[in-house]
Amino acid sequence: MTAPATTPAPAPERAAPASAVHRLFVVRELGIALALVLLVAVTFAVNTRFLSAQNIKDLLLGATILAILAVGQAIVIITRNVDLSVGSILGLAAFATGTLFVDNPGLPIPVALLAGIALGAVCGAINGGLIAAARVPALVVTLGTLYVFRGLDYTWATGQQINAADMPPGFLRLGTASILGVPVLALFAVVVVVGAGLFLRSYRSGRELYAIGSEPDAARLYGIPVGRRVFWAFVTSGALAGLAGVLHAARFGTIDANAGLGQELNVVAAVVVGGVAIFGGSGSVYGAALGAVLLTTIGSALPVLGINPFWQRAAVGVLILAAIGLDRSLAVRLARRLAGGTDRGR
Amino acid sequence: MAVDTPVREPVTPPRPRGVRGVLGSWDVLVLVALVLVIVVGSMTVDGVGNPRFYRFVILEAIPIALIALPMTLVVITGEIDLSVASTVGLTCSVLGALWQAGVTSLPLLIALSLALGAVLGAVNGVFVTVFGLPSLAVTIGTLALYRGLAYVVLGDRAVADYPVDWARDMIAPLPGTVIPWFVLVVAVLALLFGVLLHATPVGRGLYAIGNNAEASAYSGIAVLKTKFWLFVATGVVAALAGVFWTFRFASARADNANGLELSVVAAVLLGGVSIFGGRGGLLGVVAAVALLGTLRNALQLADVPANALTIVTGTLLIASVVGPNVVRMARGRLRRRRPPEERTQP
Repeated sequence: MTAPATTPAPAPERAAPASAVHRLFVVRELGIALALVLLVAVTFAVNTRFLSAQNIKDLLLGATILAILAVGQAIVIITRNVDLSVGSILGLAAFATGTLFVDNPGLPIPVALLAGIALGAVCGAINGGLIAAARVPALVVTLGTLYVFRGLDYTWATGQQINAADMPPGFLRLGTASILGVPVLALFAVVVVVGAGLFLRSYRSGRELYAIGSEPDAARLYGIPVGRRVFWAFVTSGALAGLAGVLHAARFGTIDANAGLGQELNVVAAVVVGGVAIFGGSGSVYGAALGAVLLTTIGSALPVLGINPFWQRAAVGVLILAAIGLDRSLAVRLARRLAGGTDRGR
Repeated sequence: MAVDTPVREPVTPPRPRGVRGVLGSWDVLVLVALVLVIVVGSMTVDGVGNPRFYRFVILEAIPIALIALPMTLVVITGEIDLSVASTVGLTCSVLGALWQAGVTSLPLLIALSLALGAVLGAVNGVFVTVFGLPSLAVTIGTLALYRGLAYVVLGDRAVADYPVDWARDMIAPLPGTVIPWFVLVVAVLALLFGVLLHATPVGRGLYAIGNNAEASAYSGIAVLKTKFWLFVATGVVAALAGVFWTFRFASARADNANGLELSVVAAVLLGGVSIFGGRGGLLGVVAAVALLGTLRNALQLADVPANALTIVTGTLLIASVVGPNVVRMARGRLRRRRPPEERTQP
């Protein structure tokens, strides 16, 4: 419910649409960043240990995997699609990583990372291939692959569990080590977020994803290879879910076939809270990542604030509703402004 | 650059005539698959022909069957409700809390539960119709919110000290058979929703809304009002499923029916309802629920691990959208004999 700051008189320059769009993004990500700062500040005021070095590290670690998934999901949602299979891909990649280390104890860590990412990319290619080639709705296909990938994971694992003892200590250290107080895992997330952010902002094919999400038919008529772009969006989302799976393995050490179970809707929630429109065409991966951080921070802040942790999911729900409500009102204002600032209505 | 696009238009024609043909044949296909599973199952798997087998299948399928009925109508109007499983959970929690608080009259408990379901559905409806927010995002929000409230109400406790005969009565068979009497409730509701959808102007209106909400509004259909009441109906029926769930297992827990929403959506989509709205029917959905339930239990009896069923569910779901599309594309290609090389990329 952040009251949108009263806009300081119409901008002097006449580039109304561009500046209005720009302002929408600025306001949107600023809003979520403010909410995050506010939450942290209030919690810190209640208990200063909330910002102890160890707790900050835990917060970042907790947000890492969700943030990486959120980046992939944001890219897909921006193209007006959705990927519900990310939780299952994460589980598959995590188990594959564990199995790789069990079978080849001396495996170098980068190879495991690449293997996880490649497995995720293959899963994403299956999603993207079906969606782009057979022209079927992403929600249905990825709901299907959610089951298929998870089923494969179960079949592969057959009830066994991979323990920390089975994995090389160097790999597990990756999950706990930190550089200058920042966990290494969080650095992965930062690289992913910044990389994806630059791509979406400055590259032609990145911009085209927004065009596809705004109006797929228009994008097609304009000559954008919609199918190919959507395909690669899903490959990216899959690869990032694969990466998240490897990091999951490094962080928790213990893996069974349930890793990432039910994560898909949390990821979509993080993306929506981060200001990515559910029907595509607007939003950014920075917002999505901030959304992921906000959602995980709420979880750790509530007990500190003396609120029953059972309120966490309810708070997340309220946050999602508030976020889409805010987006809606911003979009309406923007539409009015684009219509010339007069009372042309909608 | 974009010169070649107009040629592509005939590939996805509006299908004015084919809609009913494809639709009808899909219902039949699911029914045939169901009969096939039953026939082959009872011939090859020990125990599938057994009446007790069907009793168990039905008991297990009742919650999904119940919720799938209103969900079908919701999806036909082009909306979706992902909060249903959380509505079940919250109903269970409140039911348990009321019982503990000393409400011991069964009719009163049921009435209060259904009223709660109506309120929860109305909240979804208000967000979607009054605020104009996308139902996918709204109900992901209320999914978290309602499940969160379920935990707030009951924590991680279970309330299980109901009178023994309540649970027995809930799953009691019809006199002289092994079929649970509750199936009559499902049948009556199926008939109600089926008549509403297929034999009334309101039902035709639902298809019209799903095909083009704006045109429907201009042709005098109360689009928003209809959608609102559909969400309310979904809430009430989900609450009924919650009542059944609580007494069937004689246990009210906040995590009851966790993740059930995707099973329901999967059944609805497998039943031939288009995720974009405007297409599908109740018969196919009921058949799909029965198919999934029978298949699951038959495979379990055949000692096929449960994860294989997960894979089968997912594959069926994907096939249900990819199959018709591929057939349609192939047909379109045959009709426009020998197309130029422009069909290489979708």
